[in-house]
Amino acid sequence: MKKAILTGEHFFTGDVACAEGALAAGCRFFGGYPITPATEIAERMASRLPHVGGSYIQMEDEIAAIASVLGASWAGVKSMTATSGPGFSLMMENLGLGICTETPCVIVNVQRGGPSTGLPTQGAQGDMMQSRWGSHGDYEIIVLAPYSPQEIFYQTITAFNLSETYRIPVLIMTDEIVGHMSEKVIIPDSRKVKTISRTAPKGRKDRFRLFEPGPNGVAPMPAAGQGYNVHVTGLTHDEKGYPVMTVDTQVEMMDRLTGKIRNNLDDIIMTESYMMDDAEIVLVSYGVSARTCLAAVDQARKSGIKAGMFRLITVWPFPEEEIKKIAERVKGFITVEMNLGQIHREVQRCVGGKVPAVLVGHHGGTIIPPEDVLKKMKETF
Amino acid sequence: MGGSPDISKKQLDHPLDDLIRTDRLPHIWCAGCGIGTVFSSCLTAIKASELELNNISMVSGIGCSGRAAGYVKLDSFHTTHGRAIPFATGLKLGNPDLNVIVFSGDGDLFAIGGNHMIHAARRNMDITVICVNNLNYGMTGGQVAATTPHMAKSTTTPSGNPEDPFNLPLLAYASGATYVARWTMLHTRELTSSIQEAILKKGFSFIEVLSPCPVNYGRRNKEKALDTLKLYQEKTIIRNGAIPAGLDIDFSKEVVLGKFVDVERDTYIERYEKICRQES
Ligand code: SF4
Repeated sequence: MKKAILTGEHFFTGDVACAEGALAAGCRFFGGYPITPATEIAERMASRLPHVGGSYIQMEDEIAAIASVLGASWAGVKSMTATSGPGFSLMMENLGLGICTETPCVIVNVQRGGPSTGLPTQGAQGDMMQSRWGSHGDYEIIVLAPYSPQEIFYQTITAFNLSETYRIPVLIMTDEIVGHMSEKVIIPDSRKVKTISRTAPKGRKDRFRLFEPGPNGVAPMPAAGQGYNVHVTGLTHDEKGYPVMTVDTQVEMMDRLTGKIRNNLDDIIMTESYMMDDAEIVLVSYGVSARTCLAAVDQARKSGIKAGMFRLITVWPFPEEEIKKIAERVKGFITVEMNLGQIHREVQRCVGGKVPAVLVGHHGGTIIPPEDVLKKMKETF
Repeated sequence: MGGSPDISKKQLDHPLDDLIRTDRLPHIWCAGCGIGTVFSSCLTAIKASELELNNISMVSGIGCSGRAAGYVKLDSFHTTHGRAIPFATGLKLGNPDLNVIVFSGDGDLFAIGGNHMIHAARRNMDITVICVNNLNYGMTGGQVAATTPHMAKSTTTPSGNPEDPFNLPLLAYASGATYVARWTMLHTRELTSSIQEAILKKGFSFIEVLSPCPVNYGRRNKEKALDTLKLYQEKTIIRNGAIPAGLDIDFSKEVVLGKFVDVERDTYIERYEKICRQES
């Protein structure tokens, strides 16, 4: 057996840091399918997992990849897959099964330009709304957006922890640029890595109800083979897990699926403020575009503009209350993202017209230069 | 390709109630449907296998046969359309001690899920796949399937099916399955012992079970439930070890049943342990 946690200082790409974060989090199953620019995550897991007691399997397509991940999760193993746009689209149906059956797992999307085959080797952030609403039906989801290899390492651990805590698939939306850039990644001592695993059920097995919420709104989860005779279905089901095709059951199930997220926003939403104390112009960004914003804020400050950045680490659920509060005290918002205004619309909605909220977007393929952001600041404010 | 399955292994007369979620009855299957018979053969085989029940999981896809997972009192997973096999693959890899049975229909396993089927057979994933073949999509009201005979009527081939159907045992064999059999739901004794054998066998096992859908397929093709059973009785012949290429279903001639393939080959997990866990 080799070490699962490679304590020390490394020079890793974002993709490799993601794989190492997963291993540190306790992930022991990866159902993969190659796709640029996420392949390196699968490759790293294929070479590492068999030596830490886990398994990698290359499935026949992304549909099979995520199906195998859900299956492995029900065997009691922390499981994940990684993909990019086209594969992400193929995964949407079973993402819904994961949500409906409250199956913990992590899905990474190393975003590239789209639509369709798009720009396989070039970054974009065009799947952000798909990460929110891509599977059919109504639901809540948790989506994280790291902006550096070091952060990918930690956020992958967080993604597993949130997924295990809330029994929900958690998405990591990174992009080709962060996925392929190499930076210093420090992996802490294994005792300093905080990991969370799903709560095991207690009490009599024959009285156990698979979806009966615990104190945080989430039901404990047994694994197959433990004698609970679980029934797991993508049909609308009651707390026992049995299909019941009634409006009441639909309401009860949907309230449970959405409630466990909506009632725990403080635990789930993570943001970071940079130079926000006296900021008048707020850049809202996430992932690789937040790197643009860091430079833009520094340059703006040098020329006397009071700019700051509000960075979304958790993109979904959206930090609505925080944006509303900020809107009370600033002159305006600029959302910076490599798409044509997906999160921008959310920011606009939360700002509610109190102050201007504009976009510096991009069609995808290249990082947004800080100069574009500065220009927009000067034009608008 | 081996001899006939041993049907005298164990007396197969246990009551099945403890394997059924009686609190979920009545089931959804129509009167005259064959799925229930296949399902009880499967449960009887599970009992007869004497395997630890806690270690058996059943996985289904979508469709009439896909509802089986909802009635079995084991760990049971009713997944998405066509995806029972890759789900089962993950379940098995997550806990290799589990005995995983996929119970689903022909449309689910061979049309929308066809790609998963051939790849699981190719890699010799250690699971058992029971495919109830009723020659059409029953749940949605009788549309043409990848198994519908040429010229048969369905709601989407009102003038007859212009296509040819798959020969399922041939496909399973060609893809690498190490156990391949075909029965009808009328051949319960053979079917039951075949399922038992398949469950106990390591590697990818595949059993096709012909089963009537009188409500949708039968009605449109002038075949009453009893007519179908008559065909199963009169037009079938058991020929163990028959060459899979000759197993096309044509009830105007004869339909071959039996165990066609029973060979040994390393499973995916065995190879993974041997090859991938080697420290370099
Ligand atoms: S529609 Fe056909 S296959 Fe489905 S339950 Fe009815 S008879 Fe059986």
